[in-house]
Amino acid sequence: MIATDPFRARTAIVGVADAVDPSGELDGTVRSLEVRMIREALTDAGLTIADVDGVASCISPGWAPSLELAEYLGIAPRWTDSTQTGGSSFEVQVQHAAAAIAAGMAEVVVVVYAATPKSSFKRGTGGFGSRQGVLAPTPSGEFEVPYGMRMPMGAYALAASRHMYEFGTTSEQLAQIAVDSRTWSSLNPRARLREPITVDDVLASPMQASPLRKLDCCLMTDGAGAVVLTSAERARDLRRPPAYILGTGTCTTHAMVSEMPDLTTTGAVVSGADAYRQAGLGPSDVDVLQLYDSFTITILLLLEDLGFCPKGEGGPFVAEGVLGRGGSHPANTTGGGLAYTHPGMFGIFLLVEAVRQLRGECGDRQVEGAEVALAHGSGGVLSAMSTVILGTEATR
Amino acid sequence: MTVVPRPDGTRERVSPPISTEAEPFWDATRERTLLVQWCPACDRGIHFPRAACPTCLGDVLEHRPSTGEGVVYACSTMASPGNPTMSGREPYVVALVDLDEGIRMLTNIVGEDAAAVAPGDPVRVAWEPLEDARHLPVFVRIKA
Ligand SMILES: [Zn+2]
Repeated sequence: MIATDPFRARTAIVGVADAVDPSGELDGTVRSLEVRMIREALTDAGLTIADVDGVASCISPGWAPSLELAEYLGIAPRWTDSTQTGGSSFEVQVQHAAAAIAAGMAEVVVVVYAATPKSSFKRGTGGFGSRQGVLAPTPSGEFEVPYGMRMPMGAYALAASRHMYEFGTTSEQLAQIAVDSRTWSSLNPRARLREPITVDDVLASPMQASPLRKLDCCLMTDGAGAVVLTSAERARDLRRPPAYILGTGTCTTHAMVSEMPDLTTTGAVVSGADAYRQAGLGPSDVDVLQLYDSFTITILLLLEDLGFCPKGEGGPFVAEGVLGRGGSHPANTTGGGLAYTHPGMFGIFLLVEAVRQLRGECGDRQVEGAEVALAHGSGGVLSAMSTVILGTEATR
Repeated sequence: MTVVPRPDGTRERVSPPISTEAEPFWDATRERTLLVQWCPACDRGIHFPRAACPTCLGDVLEHRPSTGEGVVYACSTMASPGNPTMSGREPYVVALVDLDEGIRMLTNIVGEDAAAVAPGDPVRVAWEPLEDARHLPVFVRIKA
């Protein structure tokens, strides 16, 4: 292994927490959940709020997410990040935080997320589940919304439509991805959907935006999570085995799906290549994958773009259940956004599970010998791609 | 050019907002003309209309009439409406269409044979009236 990159394994994730319930709902406000996640993740690391000098948050009820969060926590950080790239915000913030820590701009950073779309929707207090209908004076309001595309699933359906046209990908192949998710969620007592399903079950579920059916689509639940990062030097003295950050990469290609250059290829080609190069690793070195599964097609595109199979061959690649328990490419071992939880942005949960797999804490769903984990966030409508490769002491 | 009436029993679509850069585009729709913003320096079309060319950042731009013809790049049938004004039209087809001028637009495919549309199909612009005398460009399939 050639460790030439100056950022490789200089930092680590040392604390994690997430809150997910099989009911899909959580008690408490978004702020109270954020604070709880920060407390739990710091406790996990063996740190306290007094150690924190950097905060990252991508959503708030006001105008400045990390600023308002720091005020609520009563701290005066020397580093903040409110970057918003949708569901990949947390991978991007981890990349930024790792660079800042390596450069000496911060020492202990918390990245946090909480959202309660399911319980807020039930209470009638709006939130993520409320419907669009007012046209903002944006390019999307002017040139996309008038055509009534369901968001975000319509955009992903267009990508699936094109992938099927160019490469002959089938609904059965996409369905296998959802089937594989349940082989993991059935082992996860906190998962929302734990019943095993078949390809036929997916094909029999109601069409939403063709060719995507209900079981091709992620959940809508409450959820919260946090990760704590620090320098590799400090990480070695903390409570848990560090999950070293071996490589990161980010690439955004568009905001609106009508501006996506090629609907069968995402910015993960770039983010993945950057992360592999920094890590000095390739796809065959990855033991466990955490890939953003907003929809089954998202996984298919990411597998191709991150080099796990050639472009266009994602359909045949997933058809034999490689992503499920016992498969050659264990992926989304919580059950993912399709079966575990999906509060609007899933990226934090990818990082939390990647770390737990590297620590060997996952019980029934543990991937034996997991030394390298890849967490990949996808934000917007396949818009913002961010890859984080993590490793154990043995692979740093 | 073809006018496509609003389906019986459905609401008027919400009128799209008009950005400064897209005023010529929307004005032309009153005459049911499809314009494409153009960068003469790059000799290429631009959509959505911008204050500067996204290739060269030049701001000397013009608008050119489109042939109104193109090819479906990708399409999806919505089983339920994407916003309340589309209620009653479902199922309906949302598509990305690549125009002859080299730009891509999100749009609807309409007409009796819309449900069978597939990527690669040739299509031609049609116009749905909006309440403010503008028209919304939609597309119909061209019979082989
Ligand atoms: Zn130009």
